[in-house]
Parts: sequence; structure tokens; C-alpha cells
Amino acid sequence: MGYLPGAGVLFEFAVVGGVLLGIYYALFAMGLNVVFGAQRIINLAHGDIVVLGGYAAWELYETAHLSPIVAAVVVLPFAIALGFAVHRYLTPRLTKSADPETLSLILFFGLSQVFEAAASLIFGPNEHSLPTSALPVSSLHLLGESYPGIWWVAALVSIPILGVFLWLLYRTPFGLRVRAVMSSASEAATAGIESRLVSGLFFGIGFGLAAAAGTMGIFIFGGIAPTDGVALTITAFAIIVFGSLGNPVGTVIAALIFGVVTQLAQVYAPSWSNLVPYALVILTMLLRPQGLLGRRQRVA
Amino acid sequence: MSLSARQVPVIGEGKQGPRWRRSLSPGLAVAIPVLAFLVAVHVYSNELLLVDMAIYIALAQGINIIYGFTGYLPFGYFGFFGIGAYVAGYGIVHLGLSGPVAALFGGVGGVVVGAVMLPLFRLKGAYFALTTLAVGEALYAIVSNPSLTKITNGPYGLNLAAVYSSGWSFGMAVGLAGVSILAVVLIKNSRYGMTLKAIRDDPYSAAMAGINVARDRFYAWLIAAAIAGVGGAIYGWAISVFYPQDVFDVTVSVFAIVFALFGGIGTIWGPTLGAAVLYAVYNVVGVSNPQYFQLIYGLVIVLLVLFAPRGLAGIARYLHEHRPFMRSSR
Repeated sequence: MGYLPGAGVLFEFAVVGGVLLGIYYALFAMGLNVVFGAQRIINLAHGDIVVLGGYAAWELYETAHLSPIVAAVVVLPFAIALGFAVHRYLTPRLTKSADPETLSLILFFGLSQVFEAAASLIFGPNEHSLPTSALPVSSLHLLGESYPGIWWVAALVSIPILGVFLWLLYRTPFGLRVRAVMSSASEAATAGIESRLVSGLFFGIGFGLAAAAGTMGIFIFGGIAPTDGVALTITAFAIIVFGSLGNPVGTVIAALIFGVVTQLAQVYAPSWSNLVPYALVILTMLLRPQGLLGRRQRVA
Repeated sequence: MSLSARQVPVIGEGKQGPRWRRSLSPGLAVAIPVLAFLVAVHVYSNELLLVDMAIYIALAQGINIIYGFTGYLPFGYFGFFGIGAYVAGYGIVHLGLSGPVAALFGGVGGVVVGAVMLPLFRLKGAYFALTTLAVGEALYAIVSNPSLTKITNGPYGLNLAAVYSSGWSFGMAVGLAGVSILAVVLIKNSRYGMTLKAIRDDPYSAAMAGINVARDRFYAWLIAAAIAGVGGAIYGWAISVFYPQDVFDVTVSVFAIVFALFGGIGTIWGPTLGAAVLYAVYNVVGVSNPQYFQLIYGLVIVLLVLFAPRGLAGIARYLHEHRPFMRSSR
């Protein structure tokens, strides 16, 4: 980040910047919660999909001079198809196994290794970044403060994507079916809903959101490297458990809080700020495992 | 199905041939790998590779103890490894300990961190696995933090070249592998192993039967933590110069889990063979181009989970049970 204003207004800067980043973090973490909703699986490859989305934005900009903002939309169908394929071909065997939960965790761990290796093989092990000139703004002023343009763009790209996602989920026949399958796949199937197809599509959407977040992530995280996946997955996991698993609105609220806390840490204790997501996971799990908005659900 | 009931199938239960074989084979499971290492060091010149392999056998057996016998999968296993390396390094640099003493000191460090993590056992499988991962990453973030350079030397790592001793570190590594296998043998063939199995299959019933579920699970956790702590200490001592990211490395967890799964979780020989075979292959193919290796490992994990969740041991058992002349006796 490396950008700090005068000392007198640090707090305000951290809060406003944190909200901006929080909007982005909502998009960044949402996909993980969507995959969980679709299949009750923690997608350990989530961070790697984000990284792949970032690489896609880099490639599209470097070769076709396509703006990363456009790339955010371009990557969607590919990532949705990837997610759909993973759901279609890998999960059926899992649900029949002796220990589906742990085995699915190990399986997606394996997938994350595959994606990470693929990124290394295609793009090399070094960090890739894009110049901020790839985006239409330099920096914007608000309340006498100037904030990096990246934060604004990421927030403004995240809002419509999240908006369409939430509209799809809560205001369309497809969303109604998704929510039916999420609450009870077998009953939904009894009511004539193609529950495998619906959960497969929703699963794919989870991948799509992750990849779309990656196209902005290459700026927000100051560049991306193949090995970033694990830390990103934990960060997203921190946000979704804090906001309650399976609750998209909870993810948005948690992401805003996470953004502000991270920015405050950046401003007041920069060397410790990378501990925030890990501390958030540990504290949430020990003190309130059902998350902010969650009803009592069993995590233990 | 709450608390953390798992049904990870255990291979090799029940009768295993005549009595003399049953009492002899556990001893061989310890002796053969140890002797193989002692012979190999005279034949094969790359001693550091053998040290690493022995450490990975120990780590795979550590994963075997905690995951194979209790069903808890710690992705953050590398945290113990890193803490062991750092505690031992601290002991060598600041307290003037000798290498072998420092290695045991590292094991104590692992146990202390394991004890601190005790509350995590309230969590179910996936939550436990990810929270340990967060703990491992948090430990890395703390140790490598520039603010603590006075204590941990922050991101600049440790240099233990002053106490380097190739013979001693090799001996300790092989000893650790032997002790880890022995621990699995003892657990598997003891009343304690049975209680762990009972806890894993159905914690409620186990508790009703008078088993102290939390305590017995915790012992297994501490044994696994101690193994990784000593392993990290020996590793750091053997390479003698390391940075935080070398020892707090998720790859350590990945390797240990893959090796154990590949060989067969819940068996005595599985993790030993899995680690020996895959680590050897890794060194032939993977060191020069690790990305290919990561790709292969990732695919191996996916295929194992989908088609052979019990690893080599499961495949061997399947073949054993489906021999043509066995069918008549069924």
C-alpha cells in the first residue's frame, strides 16, 4: 500500500479506505461461501482461482490490451465452466466415500496444488503485476483525503458483480431453486428441481466470483505470484466464517469490518497487519464459531 | 454424527497370519528402515537427502498418528516443524546448547505449541484443519516479523553453521524416524490405540465406555507435535542456514500428508514406504523443476482421494482379498 497521508487524519483515512477495500473483499470472499453453500465443501483452491483470475487479467492486458475491468467479466464464463466441471466430475465420488468431509478437503487441497503448479509452469514462479495506468483513474479525493484509484476501481467493479449475484440469488427463479437446494437438496429434488444441475451451476458461480476478484486482486495485492493461493484462501475463509458460513449478506458485512480492521492495522501497526486474517480465523473459531449472523450451527 | 466422528477405514485390523509373524513384524517395521538408512549412508553420497528423507518418514508417521488414529487433519502441521527449528536454533545461538540437545529442545517447543492449540479440538474436521493452517501461518508471520528481530532475527533467518555435525544430525534423523515408527507400532498394538480407534469411530460411545476422549486425543496430538518439532530442529541444524519461509512452509504439510496418504493412513508400513518412495522420486525428478512436481503431487492427491483413499496399503489389501483362489473359501 505504501501510501499514507498526514498523521492528524489517519483514523478517518483508515476507515474510509477500509470500507472501499471491504467492498472488494466482499467480492473476493463471496465465491468461497458460494461453493460452501452449493456443496458443503471448503474450497481450498479458492485462493488459487483468484490468482488465476489475476494472471488472466495480466495476460489479456499484455497481449490484447484489454482493460482489467473488462477482464473481470471475460473470465466469468471460463471460471464458471471450470467450477461446473469440477463439481460434475469430482464431487460425486466424494459423497459416496467413507469420510466425505475430510476427503473433500484433501481433494481440493490437491486441486489447489494443481492450479498453483499450472500458474508456475505458464507464467513462471515470479510475481506479476500491472501498472496502475492499466486502470482509468490515478487517485480520487474525498473529504480532503486522496485515496489510491485502485481502491475506487476495485470497489466500483465489485459492486455491480455482487449486485447481479445477489439479484440472481434472491430475485430470480434460478435463485429460488438454488436456495431450495441449499436448504435441502433431497426435498428440492422431490419438488422437481434438477438439484445436481442447480448446485453445479451455483458451484461454478463460486469459481466465477473468485476469478473476477482476481482481476482486481493483481492491483489490490500489489501483484500476484503462484504461491499466494494459500494465504488468500485463509483470508477469504476468515471473512466467510466471521460473517457466517452460507450467508452471503454476512460475508458482505464481515468483509467491510475486515477491510476497516486491516486498514487500521496497516496504519497503526504495519508490520503486524498480515496477522489480521489469521487472528480473525482463530478468534472466530474459538469464540463464536457460528459467525456474526449465524444461528447455532454445528462446527464442533 | 457430530463432535468429530470419522470413519476413516483402518487397514490391517484383525488377524494377520500366524503368531510368530504378528509379534515379529512390528519390530521389523522399525528395524528395516533404520538399517536401510545406516547402509545407504555408506553407499549413497548425498547425506542431506537421506536426512531429509528420514525426517519426512517421521513427519508422515506423525500425520499418521494424528489423522490416521484420530481423524483430525492438521494442515498447519508445518507450524510445529518451524517452531522446532526456531526453538532449537534459539537454544544453539543464545543458550549454547549442542545440536542433539537442541533438537530435543525443539521437540519441547512443538509440544508447547501443541498444548496451546488444545482448544481447537472443539472444532469439526474441516474447521479444525483450516484453523491449524491459520495458526501455522500466524506463527510464521510472528517469527518473521521485523519487529521481533532482536529475538527471532526476523526475516533474516538463523545461521547454525558453528555447530554443524553431519554424523550427529544424520544419526538423530534416523533415530527420529525409528522412534516415530515405533510410536505408531506401539499405538496400533496397544490398548491406547484401541481407545483412539473407538474415539474416532464414535466419540459418544467411547466416552460412555469410560474413555477420557479429550485426554487420549490430546496425547496423540502432542506425540505428533513432538515428532514435527524434533524433525524441524534436525532439519534446521542439518542445513545450518535457514530463513523463516524455509521451515514455516506449507509444503512440509503437503509432503507429509501426501506421503502418508500414498502409503496408507492407519497402517504401520504405509507412511514409511510412501515417504521413501515419493521423496526419492521427488529428488530424482523434482528438485530441478519443482513446478512439475507440484503438478504431479496435486494430481496424485486428487486421484488417491477419488480412487484409492487407503493408498498403497488399500490397493495391496484389495489384491490380497481378490486373489482367485481366495474366493472359494468365502
